[in-house]
Amino acid sequence: MTEPRQSPHPRVSREHVLHLLTQMIRIRRFEEKCAELYTQEKIRGFLHLYIGEEAVATGVMEAVEPDDAIVATYREHGHAIVRGIPMTKIMAEMYGKQEGCSRGRGGSMHIFDAETRFYGGNAIVGGGLPLAIGLALADKMQKRSRVTVCFFGEGAAAEGEFHESLNLAALWKLPVLFVCENNRYAMGTALDRSESETDIHKKAASYRIEARAVDGMNVVDVEAAAREAVAAVRESGAPRFLECRTYRFRAHSMFDAQLYRDKAEVEAMREQGPIKRLTEWATGTHFIHDDDLERIEAQVAREVDDAVAFAEAGTWEPIQDLTRDVMAEGPEAVQ
Amino acid sequence: MSETETTYREAVRAAIREAMLQDERVFLMGEDVGAYGGCYAVSMGLLEEFGEERIRDTPLSESAFTGAGIGAAMGGMRPIVEVMTVNFSLLALDQIMNTAATIRHMSGGQFGVPVVIRMATGAGKQLAAQHSHSLEGWFAHIPGIRVLAPATLEDARGMLWTALQDPDPVLIFENALLYNMKGKLAADAGPVDIGNAAVRREGDQVTLITYGGSLHKTLQAAEDLAEQDIAAEVIDLRTLRPLDDATIMASVRKTRRAVIVDEGWRSGSLSAEISARITEQAFWDLDAPVGRVCSVEVPIPYPKHLEDAAIPQVPGIVQAARETLGR
Amino acid sequence: MGLFKMPSLGSDMEDGTLVEWLVAEGQPMKRGDIIAVVETQKGAIEIEIFEAGTIGRLLLQEGETVPVGAPMAEIVGLDDEPVPAAAPPSASASAAPAQKAPRPGPVAPPAKPTPSPHAEGPSGRILASPAARRLATEKNVDLAGLKGSGPGGAIVSADVPGAAEAAPGPKGQPRQQARRGLDMGEMRKAIAAAMARSKREIPHYYLQHTIDLEAATSWLAAANAERAPTERLLLAALLLKASALALKQYPELNGHYIEGEYRPAKAVHLGVGIAIRGGGLIAPAIRDADTLSIDTLMAALRDATQRMRAGRVRSSELTDSTATVSSLGERGVEGLWGVIYPPQVALIGFGKAVLRPAVIEDRVEPRMQVQVSLAADHRASDGHRGALLLNAIDKLLQTPETL
Repeated sequence: MTEPRQSPHPRVSREHVLHLLTQMIRIRRFEEKCAELYTQEKIRGFLHLYIGEEAVATGVMEAVEPDDAIVATYREHGHAIVRGIPMTKIMAEMYGKQEGCSRGRGGSMHIFDAETRFYGGNAIVGGGLPLAIGLALADKMQKRSRVTVCFFGEGAAAEGEFHESLNLAALWKLPVLFVCENNRYAMGTALDRSESETDIHKKAASYRIEARAVDGMNVVDVEAAAREAVAAVRESGAPRFLECRTYRFRAHSMFDAQLYRDKAEVEAMREQGPIKRLTEWATGTHFIHDDDLERIEAQVAREVDDAVAFAEAGTWEPIQDLTRDVMAEGPEAVQ
Repeated sequence: MSETETTYREAVRAAIREAMLQDERVFLMGEDVGAYGGCYAVSMGLLEEFGEERIRDTPLSESAFTGAGIGAAMGGMRPIVEVMTVNFSLLALDQIMNTAATIRHMSGGQFGVPVVIRMATGAGKQLAAQHSHSLEGWFAHIPGIRVLAPATLEDARGMLWTALQDPDPVLIFENALLYNMKGKLAADAGPVDIGNAAVRREGDQVTLITYGGSLHKTLQAAEDLAEQDIAAEVIDLRTLRPLDDATIMASVRKTRRAVIVDEGWRSGSLSAEISARITEQAFWDLDAPVGRVCSVEVPIPYPKHLEDAAIPQVPGIVQAARETLGR
Repeated sequence: MGLFKMPSLGSDMEDGTLVEWLVAEGQPMKRGDIIAVVETQKGAIEIEIFEAGTIGRLLLQEGETVPVGAPMAEIVGLDDEPVPAAAPPSASASAAPAQKAPRPGPVAPPAKPTPSPHAEGPSGRILASPAARRLATEKNVDLAGLKGSGPGGAIVSADVPGAAEAAPGPKGQPRQQARRGLDMGEMRKAIAAAMARSKREIPHYYLQHTIDLEAATSWLAAANAERAPTERLLLAALLLKASALALKQYPELNGHYIEGEYRPAKAVHLGVGIAIRGGGLIAPAIRDADTLSIDTLMAALRDATQRMRAGRVRSSELTDSTATVSSLGERGVEGLWGVIYPPQVALIGFGKAVLRPAVIEDRVEPRMQVQVSLAADHRASDGHRGALLLNAIDKLLQTPETL
């Protein structure tokens, strides 16, 4: 286990460490509550939890600006939270209430938020990559200095869309940061059972995209790598590729007996969990103290409680509105 | 005849297992069919029984592995390709449409593609807009393939083997809500025909035409209609392509009224095709416009109440049937 | 004390089987601890607890299967965490996931067209189903007089008299729906269809006979002498009555041939061919004509003629006929050979009554005579019986006072 190290643009202050820790704990506690609510049937559909992978979204999101765009997957609660979408609106979305960020129509897998340029919530594996390069193409053609950050799992690397998108991004020199969240299992299929080349970033390199792998369980490493990559994309306009090696502690979705991996493996990985590691390092070096942790936990617990209360108090979209927004309405609509 | 209690899921699994045992050219491939046990747990235990060579986990690459199934079929194997859901099959549509469906004709009859492609379809599990659609009607548009929709345990058990004997590509759509359906199945249940629609309930006042997951809602609607003294006949299409016009028209000529229940969207749908055929072939026998109960033309939403409102339900079927009778 | 319940791990999970308890009664628990292993369709899954507390009684034996939401264990010393407000779903409810969303009804169906009392569509066309149109054509029924019971008030096949396959007979009240006039084009089409079908399907045979009308005309002259012009009887009334009585005697000529089978009628409803000005022909039924007095029959004939020519037809009149009489009247010619109206089996045709030279007891005398013909369906009767029918008519007309 390596300790977080100084990065090209580090800000490893006490405040920053507390911030990173808080962000990861916000994701963790939010999702633990979601799992509970799922068993109570408050949340339905598929629920894919990010627990164990919090360092990736947290670290990367430190590197992006408000007008950059985010494209994520169906395991995107964490990204939505650290991107700054209010937890209340995310929880209401989990419930399917119309106060949710997608009016409740998307649920867990389809969080969208225009204000933070959060483009989903995409539940077709690989489906977000072409979308991301299109967003980047628009920025390039309109000469905007924005970056599009596209998250996807290593399972997507098997899809044609992955290869087609990487090729186009490199060929057309599009400002995209590809972030592969390699948690080693595409649903239940282990990486070495689905990929001939298990170093995903090497695939990107074959498209002449500058690519590297980073310890995705270490939030400071992720942040440092992301800062460097985002800065490079913004400056050069060309794509970059970051493979974050991480691990999901929980099942693929709630209804998964995890026949495909050993419990011992999961336990070993939990020992290297991103929150645990940062906490141990930060307390060991007296950067932070136990009462800091208590304060964070209490603050996050309140935020989660508020989110649940907000979602509980939310309302169901009337059925008459079912057909709203299939096509544009109002001034946008083509007559 | 002895019967066993089983589920649709187990019936499909039994069918796959039997095919694997009967014909060594048969193999199963798809995403998470092996170690995970199948997204819908259909293939659970098969990896242990048959090994990785014949229960093949694939990467998430629908176009590649579906195409590989097509190629393997042309090369003498009898692949069963499982695409996790119809929503993902769109990534394999090119291979199905442009390769599997065309090769026999465009090669002048030299090559055939005896592949079977299974996939889950349908809404009802609150999986929202990218996991809930019923696109089998699109596939039924394509000449060169056969499209099946088993709605009963017998068909879940029996259609696969018959499909594997077909020299051409066969797509099997399994409504995901049916996997848990329990019932009795004859111990010696085996292959069934895949050419005919079935009359699942007889009646003489209105014909309800449906398939797949909607069959059970439609049968319930027929039951409700019976309480209102309306005798509805229920036709289970079973095969969506080619359509069994004879069974449909015979019923419509008898009842003079038809309602089609289709979880697909209305516009350009299978229900539209059936309706057109009825007006082409049985117009002068009709006593009412052909009715349709389809999904509302929206991407299927996540919340339960909106999802329910978006897809055909029993009261809507009852209502549509009553309207054909002017009630 | 709270209850730990069988969790829902997927909307398609209906129940779970307890494989193993990983805790004992009295054991303290913290949030996130694994307390049991449950077997599902997807294999064994470890179940965690989301509360802190102490395990109370274990309510479930290993190996037991319970639906989602069923209590598994008591939890003692829980904080006052919000307990899910709704009751646990029952076993039956779990087949369809029990979301606490409001249970809306189905989406409102498209608005029904407002039923029109006249079964007319927005274009003013009669709303009638294809099946009703076909049937009406076959039965030679004008749809305009019918009341619809179908969608939007449309006329459906069951609304067409005679649609029921039982022998046609009185069906409720005669429908009195007025219409705005006969559509000559439609009438022509209807005649075309009926006559074409008749000639296509019915093997006609024809018989002809000449009837001496001296007795009838003498009787008529006497009877009319005391009547006002509007009350006077016409020869046609006598011809109709005689025909009706004769048909009663020969049931194989009075009825319907339907679906390969001849069905004799119990009553005699005599269709009377009436020419419509401007072309066309209509044959309303005079019901129970054999039982009517001459006066009543005359009144019925007059009424029908007036109404037909005014375009007011009762639908039942057009379908109830069991046989038809066509009489050319004074402006006609001497003979006619009719085409049977399906599904009837006989048409009796009278030519114009004319003075003809006749041999009476070795002398040639001018006598009023009429030629009567019978077109009959050979599937239902043979020429011999047809001849007896014509002879019977002849005989009846020789004693007009008995008619």
